[in-house]
Amino acid sequence: MNSMTQPSTWIHLDWVLAVVAAWLLIGVVGILALRRFRFVATVLFPVGAVFSIVLMATALSAAFSGAELAVLPLGLPQLPFHLRLDALSAFFLLLIGGASAGVSAFAAGYFRQGEGTPPGLMCLEYHVFLASLVLVVLADDAFVFMVAWETMAMSSFFLVIANHRIPEIRNAGYLYILVAHIGALAILLCFGVLQANTGDYTFANMRAQHLTPFWSSIAFVLAVFGFGAKAGVLPLHAWLPEAHPAAPSPVSALMSGVMLKIALYGILRVSFDLLQTHIWWWGVLLMGVGLATALFGVVFSTVQVEMKRLLAYSSIENIGLMCAGFGLSLLFLSYGMHSLSALALTAAAYHMLSHAFFKSLLFCSTGAVMHATGERSLGKLGGLIRYMPWVAWPTLIGVLACAGLPPFGGFVAEWLLLQSFLFTTGLPSSFLDMLVPVMAALIALIAALSGFTMVKYYGVVFLGQPREEKLSHAHDAGLWERLGMVWLGLGCVVLGLFPNQVIAVIDPLTQMLVHGGLAHTVADNSWLLVPVSIERASYAPFIFLLGVLASFGLAFVLVRKLYHGRLRRVPPWDCGYPWQTARMQDTAEGFGQPIRQIFEPFFRLRRHLPTASDAQPTYAVKVEDPLWYWLYLPVASLVERISRIVGLLQQGRIAVYLLYSFITLIVMLLVVKR
Amino acid sequence: MSALGVFSQLLELVLALVLAPLLSGWVNQWRHWLQNKSAPGVLQPYRMLHKLFNKESVMAEHASPLYRFAPYLVFSCMLLACAIIPTLSTDLPLSPAADAIALVGLFALARVFISLAAMDVGTAFGSLGARREMLIGFLAEPALLMVLFCASMITGSTSLTAIVETLAHRDLAIYPSMLLAGVAFTMVSLAENARVPVDNPDTHLELTMIHEAMILEYSARHLALMEWAASLKLFAYSCAGLALFFPWGVAEANAPLALALALPVLVFKLALGGIALAVVETASAKMRIFRVPEFLGTAFLMAVIGLLVNVLLGVG
Repeated sequence: MNSMTQPSTWIHLDWVLAVVAAWLLIGVVGILALRRFRFVATVLFPVGAVFSIVLMATALSAAFSGAELAVLPLGLPQLPFHLRLDALSAFFLLLIGGASAGVSAFAAGYFRQGEGTPPGLMCLEYHVFLASLVLVVLADDAFVFMVAWETMAMSSFFLVIANHRIPEIRNAGYLYILVAHIGALAILLCFGVLQANTGDYTFANMRAQHLTPFWSSIAFVLAVFGFGAKAGVLPLHAWLPEAHPAAPSPVSALMSGVMLKIALYGILRVSFDLLQTHIWWWGVLLMGVGLATALFGVVFSTVQVEMKRLLAYSSIENIGLMCAGFGLSLLFLSYGMHSLSALALTAAAYHMLSHAFFKSLLFCSTGAVMHATGERSLGKLGGLIRYMPWVAWPTLIGVLACAGLPPFGGFVAEWLLLQSFLFTTGLPSSFLDMLVPVMAALIALIAALSGFTMVKYYGVVFLGQPREEKLSHAHDAGLWERLGMVWLGLGCVVLGLFPNQVIAVIDPLTQMLVHGGLAHTVADNSWLLVPVSIERASYAPFIFLLGVLASFGLAFVLVRKLYHGRLRRVPPWDCGYPWQTARMQDTAEGFGQPIRQIFEPFFRLRRHLPTASDAQPTYAVKVEDPLWYWLYLPVASLVERISRIVGLLQQGRIAVYLLYSFITLIVMLLVVKR
Repeated sequence: MSALGVFSQLLELVLALVLAPLLSGWVNQWRHWLQNKSAPGVLQPYRMLHKLFNKESVMAEHASPLYRFAPYLVFSCMLLACAIIPTLSTDLPLSPAADAIALVGLFALARVFISLAAMDVGTAFGSLGARREMLIGFLAEPALLMVLFCASMITGSTSLTAIVETLAHRDLAIYPSMLLAGVAFTMVSLAENARVPVDNPDTHLELTMIHEAMILEYSARHLALMEWAASLKLFAYSCAGLALFFPWGVAEANAPLALALALPVLVFKLALGGIALAVVETASAKMRIFRVPEFLGTAFLMAVIGLLVNVLLGVG
């Protein structure tokens, strides 16, 4: 069915395709206006943001209608594009639309003249990236999926190396594309297993196949490996903290907020939708990998001294938590416990949505700070809340949401996740029954550590005194940047205050994947979030917020009415030592020091301490990822050694190559007998 | 939502506001007595608050609005925490709005704001205190959560009122898991309320102070709110401990007589708890800051073991 031919009755899929076409068109216009910076910034990017909102609205409506199919006469002659818009895709389209609307608006004010890639080209890459994200989610056969997937990888690669004159950025881009392709290979193999020798690569055919548990497990592991590489799951996370700081901020926002989720979409699509059997240890594997990733990410993010690296590690942490949620959901599903499975999946989906908003917001804020100050190192910032209030206040919302504090979106997700991990009694295996609550302890620890990270991030960047002279000249964000950040901040607030409505939107997804959902239990209580039953647990963010605000207001009014409101502004108390400077504040290294000491075995530490006899005493500490030395470098040197051996074949003379052909032919004649 | 429920909710709020400074004063008095010092009166915290509210606030010239509103926010977080913990009655209209996890979230919210406010002025002490506070927080918070989870595993609910109701109706039996959780809870409360083995509420010595370092820059009404919030926190922790481990005497729905009886019972339990706290504080010595993670790590592990014991023995 190709509904593009009947424009009178547009289905949701048509609207989505129209948005994709519009984005591609915007990209083409951008190329035509290659160096007309003002036009690209103030017209093309905002128009792109408007289409993001259209996408979001379409996805909201599509979530509640049935699956829509389309076959586009594109691609190879025998392989038309199969597209499908179901509840799972609709959820991810909502995520893409919601986050990218804010990021595009921010990008309109962000890109400056004369930085690396010309603005028009940037506009093309950016919008192709957006369009490919949508196509990945819509794909209904492996061919379209891989085409869209590779387009996504390539376009984001070019975006990452926008400032390609800097060697570090080129290296980061190389690492990124390398890991992306290792992942893509695994995904390709996974699809190969899933089609079970039928030669038909449509997802519909894959769903119809009944693989043996062995082959199902192979497909599952390949999917986790392949998509995990893109999502930054341990041990394939190394590209993430390199690529995010290298990319321009809106691109990091989009990669972290949206692209990582699209990788998780792949895990969901394969393990819940395409595979028909579910085996219990898949869930345990995914949970274990997820929690290890989360703990790793959060511990590393506490000791980072660079803004975007800190946020990149924090993204690794969040991805880990989502994977843990998926794993638990799979575990329940494999035992046929659908309502608990739905609870865990809802928690993970909620977390994906809120992470898309708060992490995009935080990356945008780093962009605004970098533009205003030219600094990306935490140690040289400080006190920006006084010079950049329009950046600082929305960022505060993002920080609180990221730390998982009520009443913002992050807390609801964490609350649901803890609920689903806590009440697992009834699992057939007593070992698992024991294991899962212990994992709840780990999640609580991870959440608390992320609070530490966020206080460090916000406190060092925005509070305190400016650590450098030039910071007092920092300018606030422009109109478009403000608009984008306010939109994203608003998303965090809405996700925090209206959990029931959000869960109603997530419900079709859980219904489709695990045949259960929270919508009916949630709908009975308009103000309370009641995932299972009112006796067991409930949470009402609105009343919670109202309670805090009411006592806040009451305290304020009473203190003012009963006493006086006199206030005197003086220089801060100097403890009798008048030569206080901004350099006496805690640095980022200092703030992270306790964690560095406690989790020392996690890190590869290189520390230089001054001695008493030093003429110019210096202190330096470098924290590195041990996996880089244990895994990546050995693998790299192995590959190099193998390729050197293979290289021996390359003699560079035509006679030798002819000899090879001759030998091959002889061998073939010997081996292949008719 | 019954009229009695609303009444007991309001009563709890007022009681928390009134009793919290009294509890701090009581603990302080006992501490002095046990240390052979002449003690300030038990009403000293009220005098302190009154004096501070009357003073003119002195604020650093570049302090941001966040610094100014943080005391109000911290205060209201603690007040809300006191409101959702069933101290007098389990018939609380506010209770369904926030369960045990939200209670921990509430404490975390207050902690984050007090730390951010401490970093705002940009003096060395503020950020030192903030760092130490967050160090304590990241271990104490999951430990507290695990303690609450131990109780909710037994009762099958994370709602605080449901937990207390179920626990109060049990026969007097010692659950091994609750025993472990009780030890963990004591350790966490000591750390969270800036008490002696971890922090010393009396000291202004830069090497040791944590809580005091954070509020060093505050004065007058802002300091008063911070101090009041700290005593509310102590009150909330004490009440949570009593509700979890000694839940007897808390009134239930539609029982006005029990509500009237609950008040003296609560005061009695708090008085005993205060003395116990003073004894612990007097008997232990302040530990080095880097022993604190070990201390809290022990608490966390104990709570997790409690959780495991719960699952293992299948006490449901």
